[in-house]
Amino acid sequence: MTAPPPSALKKTLDALVPRGSSLWADTLRNIVHRRSAIVGAAMLFCLIVVAIFAPIIATHDPEKVLLGVEDVTRRMPPCIHLLGCPADQPQHLMGTDGNVRDFFSRMVYGSRLSLQIGFSTVVFAIVVGGLLIGSVAGYAGGWVDNLLMRIMDVILAFPYLLLAIAIVTVLGPGLINALLAIGIISIPIYARVVRSSVLSIKEMDFVLADRSIGVPPARILFRRILPNALTPLIVQGTLGIATAILDAAALSFLGLGAQPPTPEWGLMLSEERNQVFSAPHLVFFPGLAIMITVLSFNLLGDGLRDALDPRLRR
Amino acid sequence: MTRYVIGRLVMAIPVIFGILFITFALARLIPGDPCRAILGEKATDIVCDKFIRDKGLDQPIPVQFGVYLGDIFSGDFGTSLRTKQAVTEIIIERLPQTIELTIAAMLFASLFGIVLGMIAAYWANTKVDVAMMIGANIGVSMPVFWLGLMLAYLFALVLKDTPFWLPPSGRLTPGITLDNLTAVWGISADNGLYPVVTFLSNLTLLNALLTGNWPAFFDAIKHLILPAVALGTIPMSIIARMTRSSLLEVLGLDYIRTARAKGLREAVVIFRHAMANAMLPVVTVIGLSLGSLLSGAVLTETIFGLSGVGRVMYESITARDYGVVQGFVVVIALIYLFANLIVDLSYAVLDPRIRLS
Repeated sequence: MTAPPPSALKKTLDALVPRGSSLWADTLRNIVHRRSAIVGAAMLFCLIVVAIFAPIIATHDPEKVLLGVEDVTRRMPPCIHLLGCPADQPQHLMGTDGNVRDFFSRMVYGSRLSLQIGFSTVVFAIVVGGLLIGSVAGYAGGWVDNLLMRIMDVILAFPYLLLAIAIVTVLGPGLINALLAIGIISIPIYARVVRSSVLSIKEMDFVLADRSIGVPPARILFRRILPNALTPLIVQGTLGIATAILDAAALSFLGLGAQPPTPEWGLMLSEERNQVFSAPHLVFFPGLAIMITVLSFNLLGDGLRDALDPRLRR
Repeated sequence: MTRYVIGRLVMAIPVIFGILFITFALARLIPGDPCRAILGEKATDIVCDKFIRDKGLDQPIPVQFGVYLGDIFSGDFGTSLRTKQAVTEIIIERLPQTIELTIAAMLFASLFGIVLGMIAAYWANTKVDVAMMIGANIGVSMPVFWLGLMLAYLFALVLKDTPFWLPPSGRLTPGITLDNLTAVWGISADNGLYPVVTFLSNLTLLNALLTGNWPAFFDAIKHLILPAVALGTIPMSIIARMTRSSLLEVLGLDYIRTARAKGLREAVVIFRHAMANAMLPVVTVIGLSLGSLLSGAVLTETIFGLSGVGRVMYESITARDYGVVQGFVVVIALIYLFANLIVDLSYAVLDPRIRLS
């Protein structure tokens, strides 16, 4: 009997042994089948493109006052030449705002801020809440866990935006302080999510094996446990970006977040809110933009949760 | 059951202290000189020395915290720097407006949320369901303040001169007034019940109802619709989604099949058998949404010109009147805490497993 050639053996083995698939490949396959995730991802992709290419897409400098530069006045309605606006009038896709600036360009630049706000606050909250507080509480257990989690309970006991308002009132209005406040109030959510994952993972056999051969606790926590606790964190983080964007817009609307002349959607809405009856488009567009951004993260987060959580898979 | 209730009450005590400590600490964290942060940059050293002595700011921090706790428990939240009014007085004056708005929004959110969720669950995976869930997703992504402004634009301007017109701001139409209940019932300012009756008197709908002032009652309802819808839309969407998923889960259980198999009418199956079990997570969500309602009230009141807590907070923030902001944060956090406590206790009523464990 002659032995089969190695390539033939490999083929047979490949056919017999199910191909191993990574979590990420699995997730990606699942996401593709979730319509809401696809819609969310597509919307987000468009937003990111707009944010990256803002200088190319914007027709004007977002902070430039056009009074005296062009033949425009305050709060002009949108003028689009393709839709029948007279050619002798300067084109402003979304009209001009109360300070005679091109509203469309401000909207385009606003997307940059909105995405930065969402990502930065959530990254802050994940690092402080999840990776530091949650993982340590879950891994250490005992009084450390008790103390940290009771502090988290107290922060959660406040209606979230109200605590943010209180923090910004103390720190002083401004975008950075507003982001810090939103980051702080989001910490408990991530701390809880990571803690509960760490609690269940630390009892698993591979962790026990690591411990028995004397791997240092910090290495076990950060190299072995945390990578396995990422799934719920990603889902929560995506949904958290949506909430953070809404909250930041709300703080800006109250005058506590971004300050003029920053093209931030919440602030733009706030500046023109008294004109809602005379120039509704100046209120409509920023709010719509906030809604679309938040919706894209919500859809993506929901889709990710369904794709990553095997209990929901049908 | 009693042990469960007592256990939950005991667990709330450290949280109450935590809330009070955070609000206390926040006021102490104001960067720079507290006197000049509050009285303004032009305050002289003599004025500041007196201010620091009067406020006890020269005492050790634990002593200051003790004094603060004592004040809060005796109902003294300090005075407003802007209006020189006692914060407690402002709370009695403004809180009722916010409570009315929050309750109205909560009713709207719960009623419509549960009904829409039931419809979506019953016709799951049909076009009706998809449309409802798209609607819920959009609803949950909408900024409260934007929705409020858009509703005001639609109902006050576009639908002007139609029966659907609704007022865009204020609590009552100018010209319509309410009598103060303290005057109606003859309660003088030195009576211990005076603050309570004043508080009740400021609940516009209750006041109109108790005094039989029907024009004011219906006018007040008309003024409350838009803010309540604006404020209640996000919780409504969350409640609808939760009702749908919870009801879907229950509808797949064996006892529902049994109920149907023994020939019960579909309405009885859904309302009496399925909903009873599907409501538990929904009640949790309703309780939790109170936090977003109280926060959202700050934004909604600003838009609709309602002089509730939100409005006063907004004005105090812009005037950097920390005492008032601090007082209201404490009161609202405590209301939120007790509402959550009630939700927790209601589980015990709804779910025998919790009651008996």
